[in-house]
Amino acid sequence: MPPDTLSDSPESDVTSAVTFKDTELTLGIPGEPTRSPAGKFCTKRGFIETVDLNLRTSTSKPRGKTHADEVDDKSDDVVSGACKTPASKTQVVGWPPVRSYRKKALESCKYVKVAVDGAPYLRKVDLETYNSYQELLMTLEKMFTCFKIRGNYLGESKVIDPMKEMEYVPTYEDKDGDWMLVGDVPWKMFIESCKRIRLMKSSEAVGLAPRTPPRCTTTT
Amino acid sequence: MKMMMGSSFPEEVLEHVFSFIERDKDRNAISTVCQSWYEIERWSRRRVFVGNCYAVSPAILIKRFPDVRCLELKGKPHFADFNLVPEGWGAYVAPWIAAASSAYPWLEEIRLKRMVIPDDSLELISKSFKNFKVLVLSSCEGFSTEGLAAIAANCRNLRELDLRESEVEDLNQSSGHWLSHFPDNYTSLVSLNIACLNSEVSFTALERLVGRCPNLRTLRLNRAVPLDRLAILLHRAPQLVELGTGEASDLRPDVLSNLLGAFSRCKELKSLSGFWDVAPGYLTGVYPICPRLTSLNLSYAATIQSSDLIKLVSQCQNLQKLWVLDYIEDLGLEALAASCKDLRELRVFPSEPFGVEPNVLLTEQGLVSVSEGCPKLHSVLYFCRQMSNDALRTIARNRPNMTRFRLCIIEPRTPDYLTLESLDMGFGAIVEHCNDLRRLSLSGLLTDRVFEYIGTYGKKLEMLSVAFAGDSDLGLHHILSGCENLRKLEIRDCPFGDKALLANAAKLETMRSLWMSSCSVSFGACKLLGQKMPMLNVEVIDERGPPDSRPESCPVEKLYIYRTVSGPRLDMPGFVWTKDEDSALGLS
Repeated sequence: MPPDTLSDSPESDVTSAVTFKDTELTLGIPGEPTRSPAGKFCTKRGFIETVDLNLRTSTSKPRGKTHADEVDDKSDDVVSGACKTPASKTQVVGWPPVRSYRKKALESCKYVKVAVDGAPYLRKVDLETYNSYQELLMTLEKMFTCFKIRGNYLGESKVIDPMKEMEYVPTYEDKDGDWMLVGDVPWKMFIESCKRIRLMKSSEAVGLAPRTPPRCTTTT
Repeated sequence: MKMMMGSSFPEEVLEHVFSFIERDKDRNAISTVCQSWYEIERWSRRRVFVGNCYAVSPAILIKRFPDVRCLELKGKPHFADFNLVPEGWGAYVAPWIAAASSAYPWLEEIRLKRMVIPDDSLELISKSFKNFKVLVLSSCEGFSTEGLAAIAANCRNLRELDLRESEVEDLNQSSGHWLSHFPDNYTSLVSLNIACLNSEVSFTALERLVGRCPNLRTLRLNRAVPLDRLAILLHRAPQLVELGTGEASDLRPDVLSNLLGAFSRCKELKSLSGFWDVAPGYLTGVYPICPRLTSLNLSYAATIQSSDLIKLVSQCQNLQKLWVLDYIEDLGLEALAASCKDLRELRVFPSEPFGVEPNVLLTEQGLVSVSEGCPKLHSVLYFCRQMSNDALRTIARNRPNMTRFRLCIIEPRTPDYLTLESLDMGFGAIVEHCNDLRRLSLSGLLTDRVFEYIGTYGKKLEMLSVAFAGDSDLGLHHILSGCENLRKLEIRDCPFGDKALLANAAKLETMRSLWMSSCSVSFGACKLLGQKMPMLNVEVIDERGPPDSRPESCPVEKLYIYRTVSGPRLDMPGFVWTKDEDSALGLS
């Protein structure tokens, strides 16, 4: 029987390098020593755990989303899978028989602008190239290199500028024009609904809470 | 008037009679009656369809049919759509255009599918044929907006420019956007399909073009044309029958109301497509025209979910054709079955073809509902993750009028999810009950038994696609020996080898083509077949290097066999071998 042709997908590389066990997430207070393959994961684990906490504790359904029930059930899987390899296995060439034209059309190049309060420039990121909040925020950290991402026990994710000692909270504007906290909804729903990202100064973001974001024009 | 020996009619009269006969099959039959009829027919044939561009050469075509006005050519095999044919394999149209430019000065229509067409050829077309009217490039590649600019600038009588799903390179032109190359006094456009273009379109040029072409019926825009501009275009062309929208991810109430106003003036609009990245709120703009719609293509509308789809299709009582993503789910298909009694064709595409877990509630039940509720349904393409023999049997019994049935169960070799058996019986029921079935694509767990059914019952079958199925050569033998009308057979990842192929060699000359990849056909068998059958080109496509550097018993990667009257082709790339290579090797 001829072997299935393996593709060059990054998924297959990741599978061989890291086992599921290694990257499996558990609930726990940030900072607890956990088994992780590289020190790098440890520093970020706090954020991921807080994102995890956000999703597990939220009970209200996403506004205007039709697969609400299903998605909430799956949200745990989606988030806990954030550090796992993406949910697709080694691909066989040309199967399923979907034309590349169609694949490309569906792969909407999901470029969104990223703005940082106080910074003079905008950057753009392609959300489709990331598989999790962790990956996205790591990239944002690299882009705006003076900032650090840190989580805290309140379950909010913050970006901290150690130079100016100001905290920034990653927020995004969704399809309906509302500003939400990044990490609020399952990753897949986020990339579908996110139109732009803003690293907002914490002082302004106080009014922002999961599911009940006011317009960003309101000040504290 | 010239009198033919033994004929009661003068030539001119026969020619006039023949002008009423259009179908190729009928014309071919007429041409075999006698020598004079052959001559009259060949001089008066205006429309030629070449299903495989390598089956015949331009010279042979021109010699037989000296006055062709409409030429249609197809190039790469169908599996090229799924990246199974390596880049550079062939299907170059340049030699055809070059030959036609001198032989057919009155050529009006060129239709190409899966061919490579360079800008030079487009320019040659635009300058060689004074009465050129129709250019359709379906899944083609090799050209850029430069070539399109030449067509726009020079084809004064152009009616139709359709770039369906082609790959077009966008070159920023200093001479202005290619659309602006249509002269100001050009007004004959009837159909424009630029949906595949990735780049921005000059809106001013587009608007002026649309405004000055009163016969425009079809306008398929690309993603880059935002919805707020669409209303402007619709105001200029309220006579449109077919429309493809661009994208619109921001829901703006003013745009929506403009759109509603524009749509309400389009009394002839029957076909809609596009909808990339469309905010679901915009769908309400479409509601007024839903009752008139006969064709709806939402297969790129990744932002529209089940409930909105249900609301939409429930208002399309006259819908005949629906292409949609699996976001429609079983519930949506039930609504479709209840509302759209005139439905003839349904295609359901996967939103996440490479996901392991199902992301939508779409099962075999959706297809069963539609087969029950839509008596005219005869053409189906359906991607799903589970299937049962029961469901297939039900579908077969509900719809004996099925002519095209393509089922893709996403995971290869998936069994009947209820019984865990193969799906042999289910597909067997399809071929047994659907006596007019012309096209079939199989998937799921299948043994040789299913091919026995197909060979027994699939007497009208013309095209069969097989993947990850069968147990032995017997499977292939059943197909080749049983399916009398088989024209195209494409197989991948099946344990079919030399025996069935060699035993049915003669059958291959009655077919257009056979594709086999990742099967068990040896190089030795390919050589033998090539030697035995001079009217076939047996192409071994192998990117591992020369097949004779491996034992003859080694299976080839890919095999493409097609009948031809023009011998082995001369434009093969390095990874393709045919019998001429072998005789060359034999000499050295």
